[in-house]
Amino acid sequence: MSALSRDDVAHVAMLARIQLTDEELDRLAGQLDQIVGWVGQVNEVAADDVPPMSHPLPLTNVTRADEVRPSLTAEQALANAPEAELDRFSVPRILDED
Amino acid sequence: MTTAPDLTRLTAAQMAEGLAAGDFTSVELTQAHLDRIAALNPVLNAFLQVDTEGALATAAGVDAARAAGEELPRLAGVPIAVKDIACTQGIPTTAGSRTLEGWIPPYDATIVTRLKEARMPILGKTNMDEFAMGSSTEHSAFGPTRNPWDLDRIPGGSGGGSSAAVSAFLAPLAIGSDTGGSIRQPAAVTGSVGAKPTYGGVSRYGVIALASSLDQIGPCARTVTDAALLHEVIGGHDPMDSTSIDAPVPPVVEASANRDLTGLRIGIVKELTGEGYQAGVQARFDESVQLLRDAGAEIVEVSCPHFQYAMAAYYLILPSEASSNLARYDAMRYGLRVAPEGVESPSAEQVMAASRDAGFGDEVKRRIILGTYALSSGYYDAYYGQAQKVRTLIARDFEAAFEQADVLISPTAPTTAFKIGDKLEDPMAMYLNDIATIPANLAGIPGLSLPSGVADEDGLPVGIQILAPATQDQRMYAVGAALEDLLAEQWGGSGSVLDRAPEVTTGAVVQEAK
Repeated sequence: MSALSRDDVAHVAMLARIQLTDEELDRLAGQLDQIVGWVGQVNEVAADDVPPMSHPLPLTNVTRADEVRPSLTAEQALANAPEAELDRFSVPRILDED
Repeated sequence: MTTAPDLTRLTAAQMAEGLAAGDFTSVELTQAHLDRIAALNPVLNAFLQVDTEGALATAAGVDAARAAGEELPRLAGVPIAVKDIACTQGIPTTAGSRTLEGWIPPYDATIVTRLKEARMPILGKTNMDEFAMGSSTEHSAFGPTRNPWDLDRIPGGSGGGSSAAVSAFLAPLAIGSDTGGSIRQPAAVTGSVGAKPTYGGVSRYGVIALASSLDQIGPCARTVTDAALLHEVIGGHDPMDSTSIDAPVPPVVEASANRDLTGLRIGIVKELTGEGYQAGVQARFDESVQLLRDAGAEIVEVSCPHFQYAMAAYYLILPSEASSNLARYDAMRYGLRVAPEGVESPSAEQVMAASRDAGFGDEVKRRIILGTYALSSGYYDAYYGQAQKVRTLIARDFEAAFEQADVLISPTAPTTAFKIGDKLEDPMAMYLNDIATIPANLAGIPGLSLPSGVADEDGLPVGIQILAPATQDQRMYAVGAALEDLLAEQWGGSGSVLDRAPEVTTGAVVQEAK
């Protein structure tokens, strides 16, 4: 079931927002193809009637009262920002120019 | 050199007693550890940050409070190391990643708050595989940690900084996190003790997330009792973590005083022994089984047939959850931001992709890409969906096994510590180190590793793992403490396997000796 090509890895990496270099693609693509083949073993198990398990605890929704609590100041929240301006996170352009 | 007793050699319980009795002060105790860190950390690289000032301030506060006759928590004044995965306000927290280099959390993780409430001086932050992805600490962006038993070998991972710190007497206690074995496997390969509590047993608020349905915080120590003492400090319900269990901490400290194994049913998991386990690992395991049997325990063999698929299911579930959790490193609000080369006026998306390429190491990239693939349209059912079904079958295997036995045992890791560099280029070989620890994370049950001796072929420490049903953490401490006692009787000396570890020396000292 293993068939993860170099192009597939480049495509998935971009979905994950990682701009791999050519050299990284060469290195990672082979390894990932091997790993994907190996994890595919889960399909050897007949489990059609088995419910999926997402979490070890039988938790239902956990809620709390909607009350104001102490939280970070703007200064604290922005202290680690790569760029900040006017008490806000400053980000690169988010729209294409054309 | 002074002839004063070396305070760093005491157990945490003995330190607490000595402080309470006034035999020494917390400042003396803390300084002794800071001195040892200053001498040996350049060789071991166990700590990424050392908070000399903060640790001594807490220690001085405890000494003053004690002098004033104040009632203090049991471990007040006993120093501790914290894995760099937990947020510490004002102290840089990196999770071993270039992405978070220099990041200073604006708040404390709940476990850190609890350590502060317990008035334990925090010595610093320990090294780890980047975002806890690894079994050797070689995937840290800040260099590997070295095993105190042999500096050319790995201290386990992801919590190799914590295991090395504890086993080299740089700290009596440390915080670890265990997603697939990151507390237990490092404990095994360094001759120390590590416990992964029941999933939800310790708060994860303020702990940097890897895989949210698997991650668990727990104690690293040199004795079972010390691990239980720390477990009690950090465990219990936290309203800030919606996955935290709303029930009292299991009676782990009480259990660690246990020495009675009469009539206890101990199950050997057939699938986690024999083939694939190093001869010395299997030999030490078999000896421990005999000791337990001689002490009155009933040994039964149990089978967990779906465990053979646990690794594959784990390496789908973990990367899937990690790819989602690590999406937060977008170079916008915190973390590394770099501009792509040769692009004029890059977009936020381009900056994010360039920053993540620059900030993440190979293993993190591999797992994010694998997880993104497993969750992508057209592959979801065959990979992530199927892995979740296999997870149910593994949990059912445990349920059936715990009908036949009160606790289950296995070797903690298939081999002793391997050489730094040996498995770095072979991700699959690295993954297989966690073959015996991963099933517990998938099912959410607790597990503890303690030293069972050293392997004849290489003289390196071996660990034995004890697993208990969910919320029955006290059982693994009870069996662990009893076995620890039986082994200590056999070994003599201080009763610790660390008696057999060579003294860690710095390069300078070695040169002087020549």
